Amino acid sequence: MFKRLNITCDEATKICDKNQYGEITILEKIKLKIHFLNCVICKLYTKQNLLLSLFYKKQAEACKKVHHCLTSEEKEVLKQKIKEVKT
Amino acid sequence: MLQKQNTLDPNKWIDEYADYLFNYAIVRVNNSDLAKDLVQDTFFAGLKSAKNFQGKASERTWLVSILKRKVIDHYRKINSKKGQAEVRMNFYNDGENEGNWLEERVPQDWNNASEKAIENEELKSQIDVCIDNLPEKYAMVFRMKTIQEFETEEICKELEISASNLWVIIHRARTQLRKCMEDNWFNN
Repeated sequence: MFKRLNITCDEATKICDKNQYGEITILEKIKLKIHFLNCVICKLYTKQNLLLSLFYKKQAEACKKVHHCLTSEEKEVLKQKIKEVKT
Repeated sequence: MLQKQNTLDPNKWIDEYADYLFNYAIVRVNNSDLAKDLVQDTFFAGLKSAKNFQGKASERTWLVSILKRKVIDHYRKINSKKGQAEVRMNFYNDGENEGNWLEERVPQDWNNASEKAIENEELKSQIDVCIDNLPEKYAMVFRMKTIQEFETEEICKELEISASNLWVIIHRARTQLRKCMEDNWFNN
């Protein structure tokens, strides 16, 4: 039973990545905690991941403010092309 | 009571829907030229299949459903691109060390790990550069999840992938990004 709770660094960091979006299960959380008992590298990964998430979040905020539009020239070109296809 | 029947009027498509469709495409593919092509293809496909329009959905919904297929087609294309640089390995792939960190990829302490950098414009462009360095598929899914903040379920539905597939992609993208940021920002 305990063997099933043992995970590799690859799996541990995958869970950690998933946790950045708050989407891990309780079992995954337990597996991660157990892994941390023996692994300082993944613990460091997790700490650094939090900082990266903070930075990505900021990037997301900036991105959401942008509304992308086509220029009127681009629209004219599209209109012309549609006309050609229709005829 | 008669239900209102929707009709198509291709002459108005560009003025009424081009921006909406373009924005829809660009938040998914993050490339302006590509988004433009997808919108154009959507209009062409719409004209071609206009006779199949049954009037149940609104014109816009109908066009979006065509564009959705175009986005999936694009994802499939970048997913199967032969010779596409796979994301670099970070862990042993097999043998007794399977799943352990590769020695040269072990995370290092960061010299310059201050939260204060968050307002720094150079940091922002470095993040963009690192995301752009990912294989296209990883960049697309990472951006949709992390930068556009789509729900997991939504991405899975839109790209027709499973949740476990999504988390593998996110994991590979994030380990790769971490390494890129370590080399070019934190320990530069």
